[in-house]
Amino acid sequence: MIRALSGQLLLGLINGSFYALLSLGLAIIFGLLEVVNFAHGAQYMMGAFLAWMGLTYLGVGYWWALLLVPAAVGLSGVAVERVLLRRLQGLDPLYGLLLTFGLALVIEGAFHQAYGNSGSSYPVPEALRGGFDLGFVYLPRYRAWVVLVSASVCFFSWFIIERTRLGAYLRAGTENRRLLQAFGVNVPFMFTVTYGFGAALAAFAGVMAAPVYQVNPLMGSSLIMVVFAVVVIGGMGSILGAILTGLGIGLVEGLTKFLYPPAASVVVFAIMALVLLFRPAGLFGRPR
Amino acid sequence: MTPPLYERPVFWGYVALVAVGVAAPFVVYPVFAMNVLVMALFASAFNLLLGYAGLLSFGHAAFLGSAAYVTGYAAKALGLPVLAAVPLGVALAALLGLLFGLLALRRSGIYFAMITLGFAQVVYFSVLQMPWTGGEDGLQGIPRGSVLGLDLGNRFEMYYFVYGVFLGAFLLIHRTIESPFGHVLRAIRENEPRALSLGYDVERYKLVAFVLSAALSGLAGSLKALTLQFATLGDVTWQRSGEVVLMTLLGGMGTVVGPSVGALLVLTLENYLASLGSWVTVITGVVFVVMVMAFRRGVVGEVRALVRRSF
Repeated sequence: MIRALSGQLLLGLINGSFYALLSLGLAIIFGLLEVVNFAHGAQYMMGAFLAWMGLTYLGVGYWWALLLVPAAVGLSGVAVERVLLRRLQGLDPLYGLLLTFGLALVIEGAFHQAYGNSGSSYPVPEALRGGFDLGFVYLPRYRAWVVLVSASVCFFSWFIIERTRLGAYLRAGTENRRLLQAFGVNVPFMFTVTYGFGAALAAFAGVMAAPVYQVNPLMGSSLIMVVFAVVVIGGMGSILGAILTGLGIGLVEGLTKFLYPPAASVVVFAIMALVLLFRPAGLFGRPR
Repeated sequence: MTPPLYERPVFWGYVALVAVGVAAPFVVYPVFAMNVLVMALFASAFNLLLGYAGLLSFGHAAFLGSAAYVTGYAAKALGLPVLAAVPLGVALAALLGLLFGLLALRRSGIYFAMITLGFAQVVYFSVLQMPWTGGEDGLQGIPRGSVLGLDLGNRFEMYYFVYGVFLGAFLLIHRTIESPFGHVLRAIRENEPRALSLGYDVERYKLVAFVLSAALSGLAGSLKALTLQFATLGDVTWQRSGEVVLMTLLGGMGTVVGPSVGALLVLTLENYLASLGSWVTVITGVVFVVMVMAFRRGVVGEVRALVRRSF
């Protein structure tokens, strides 16, 4: 009983770590560019897939993938921002959503065409195999690693945004980008870097996810819906809010899977409805 | 003073629409023509919301699909006649629209899009898990029955029934767009605070538009279930919601005939490319990107701009 519950909660914590990483990236991109990055799920999927392809075709291991794949996807994000998103500046933000939706379809369609529906599994790296028996739950070493790393990445991002000069620029740009530009900050360059960083973060989450979930072309699209709901629940105004909501939703999903499994896939949307009813700006959002 | 009917372009537009509609089943495969009509209705209902109220719903498949399932179930398992099964589907879609609208309209812009997407996922998972919907298989063998002496089993009679309903709904949408109500919607789209300060109950206008759009999408879904004689999980997926956005964007959002043109183009494209597998998704995505980057007015909007420039 206790074992089953804590097993589900642990799984929820893992899922929550990924929700947190992804909603963090979405929140950073949205904060500055006012673009809802629909391609975030596809970039996450690309991360997992490139890691798998690197291992299968080139023999590039997990540790190198963790470094190289986010860099590659980040660069592709830079290109997308420079070539496409930049030209939509000043238009209704809906166009940014539609554009990134189109990009997501292109990426997912291409991978689906090449690899079909079936998933491939990615081996857990040598150093992280095995696990610990904590008495009430068995904790695989890799899962502990996922929680630890995503927590540090989240903390690191929070630190950069809230405590450094670069972060101050970012926050200032979120408040009023024209004023920031008037102070001589290269805002267009910041836009490019921010989108690239967000894409790299999604890909990083993807590499981390490869040994946990099945690597398949549709792994991102189902996840992105939940992450969107997480963002609505948390409110996009706060970085810390995005992280905490992500983890919290993961745990609630785990709990639901234990109590009433059929509801696990919709509980996040039910919470979203409740939040809209009682706190429309989101748990951590500021009403405008 | 309004000019006489025959001097107005709108009149001739409708004459052309009727002529094409009546001739269509003799030129193309009737089931394809019906499918185009159904999706054209769906896209027109969606455009009422996106093109005129400026609300991007990313979950409209929920209304299409749930109405298709309800109508299918009512006709097949309960043996209800068409005239009861279709209104039942429409009523459910309207009710869902009211529920989603009340919640989702508490936020605007891109949040609205994300929220409607989330609610549509709830409908998707519900349809997948409920005992009467047939899960992954969907509902099959839905009887068409008959209506007002028309034997809908005959595909020509079925076509003209679908066409009649389409024409009625199209007229209703057109009338709504041109009505004072439609103009208030446009005012809200252009500048919400101004509409509010002029004393319009903005929330209520948006909600009415949302429910109307949901109900008409439901009508499209009910007709779709009868046309194809099955209701599938595909009609409640987010891909279907994305497809209707594409149709509207491609044809021209905020134009009366744009969505129908978009539906015709998208379905024709899908019909010809069906053998290409997932490349269809890639091409769809490319069309999205090209439309957003270069042709935001859509086919009808661009043609209209071209005509205006040259006269």
